[in-house]
Amino acid sequence: MVIQTTMRCVILRILLVVIAHVVFVLPSPASAALGGDETTVQADQARMKGTLRSTPTKAYTVHEIKAQTGTVVKEYASLTGKIFAVVWQGPFLPDLRQLLGSYFEQFSQSAQKLKSKHPRVRGPLLIQEPGLVVQTGGHMRAYFGRAYIPELVPQGVAIEEIQ
Amino acid sequence: MKGVRICSMLILVLFGVWILPVGCGSGGGDSGSTTPNVLPITVNGGPTAAINGGYIYPNAAFTSVTICVHGTSNCQTIGGVLVDTGSFGLRLLSSALSSTLYKTPTVGSNLGECVQFADGSFIWGPVQTFDVKLSGELASSVPIQVLDPNFYASEIPSACSSGYSEEDDLLSLGANGILGIGPIQYDCGNDCRNVASFPTGQVYPYYVCSTSFGCQTTSVSLSQQVQNPVALFSTDNNGVIIELPAVSGPTASLSGSMVFGIDTQSNNALGSATVLTFNQYASITTTYQGTVMPYSFIDSGSNGYFFPSTTIPQDSNGWYIPSTTLNLTATNEGYNGKSSTVSFSVGNADNMYSANPNDAVFNTLAGYTYGYFDWGLPFFYGRNVYTLITPDGNGSYWAY
Repeated sequence: MVIQTTMRCVILRILLVVIAHVVFVLPSPASAALGGDETTVQADQARMKGTLRSTPTKAYTVHEIKAQTGTVVKEYASLTGKIFAVVWQGPFLPDLRQLLGSYFEQFSQSAQKLKSKHPRVRGPLLIQEPGLVVQTGGHMRAYFGRAYIPELVPQGVAIEEIQ
Repeated sequence: MKGVRICSMLILVLFGVWILPVGCGSGGGDSGSTTPNVLPITVNGGPTAAINGGYIYPNAAFTSVTICVHGTSNCQTIGGVLVDTGSFGLRLLSSALSSTLYKTPTVGSNLGECVQFADGSFIWGPVQTFDVKLSGELASSVPIQVLDPNFYASEIPSACSSGYSEEDDLLSLGANGILGIGPIQYDCGNDCRNVASFPTGQVYPYYVCSTSFGCQTTSVSLSQQVQNPVALFSTDNNGVIIELPAVSGPTASLSGSMVFGIDTQSNNALGSATVLTFNQYASITTTYQGTVMPYSFIDSGSNGYFFPSTTIPQDSNGWYIPSTTLNLTATNEGYNGKSSTVSFSVGNADNMYSANPNDAVFNTLAGYTYGYFDWGLPFFYGRNVYTLITPDGNGSYWAY
């Protein structure tokens, strides 16, 4: 009996994992991410069940996605269609693995390195490296942050505009 | 059966929770409570300062909390708990708890929480209910988070943990726990009441864990959520005052008080303090050198002043390192239109730290952040800072 129950649980669990993959992983479209392609912004909007407002300027287009929770994610796309900056603000942190894309590993490793330094910052995090700047902060239920690739920021665009 | 019981409990607690704080808190004036309402706090480097491989945690205020198995005298007092007005709810390391109060849950379904921090770290562990005693105040049956790396260790949700570092032990957390006494009662609020409508792409905190199914996101009623224990006191439950004396330079330690209630006893009168009300994001507007920052906040859990400056030099951590100490001002404005100008000084972080390796109090420690002003613990030195607690932050304020 014990074995049967355990077996049933294992089978159920495998089933659940399979279903979860089929439902959530397979049809998931590519997501827009730092350094990625502008054409995937709408997939992000769908995932966040949010509203999308796109505002073109001379040097770039800002795609602003607002989720029901109040979280706002802005993706800055250059005229060539590359996302060179992302900005977030709201009661929940966005999934940074998704939002930073291939830059997430660099963010993760740099964040761990900063923690070993003393006096340790207990507050905002600041990563300023060639090829990646990440600034995050805020507190529970009110988070802020931005990340950008300095080399991809269009000429003449001031960093202060990105927020 | 379990569901039914939780539902009826929920209704009871919901009514209690929502009505009590409003009834007791918003009247103003001395309501005649004589419950002891003062808890000592100290800025002393914290509990890691004394252990092998430890360090002094600068500009962090610590206190002791007592938790008990509900309705019993099976209690434990835990020292070295960080006083944090920037979070909501009590979180304690499992390694700091005696085995008579806590054992890692392994049987049945267990509510767990994963909280991600903006600095690339996360904390993880089950939500458990304890009576919480602070000074003479009692909060009965409070959901708290036990930070436990052994809680379904192989099932920690990767959406929360992957690429982030776990801070569920003393050395990484720098404290035996966090006492979140910020201006909001619930640590998640209405957004966690229905996980089905929660947008993916954001980090959801609550999970139900079992041996059979691992850890899956789950809806959590307000009463089940980790929450500010002060809001559950039967009296003096509308807010907290942090009182710390002024210092003129780096100091080994500093002692002060945490006072519960605002205008509920003779020792917690608001008096002539400037009240700065805030918006739904728990923010006020700070203006510094012409830059208007509407998402600024006061946070005892931040260990410096953090604000944007393009002229003050920084070290590789973002700490400011000016060649001479700078005397600066910034203006805080509440949603209610009240404002106050604050003077503060910024010293050279690297120099003050290397010249005073045994000190924990640095009143001029400051660093860079973009777009907002974070008034951390140095702001509290020499001020009584009032935090009004409401269920969702609507109508909350900071005053000083």
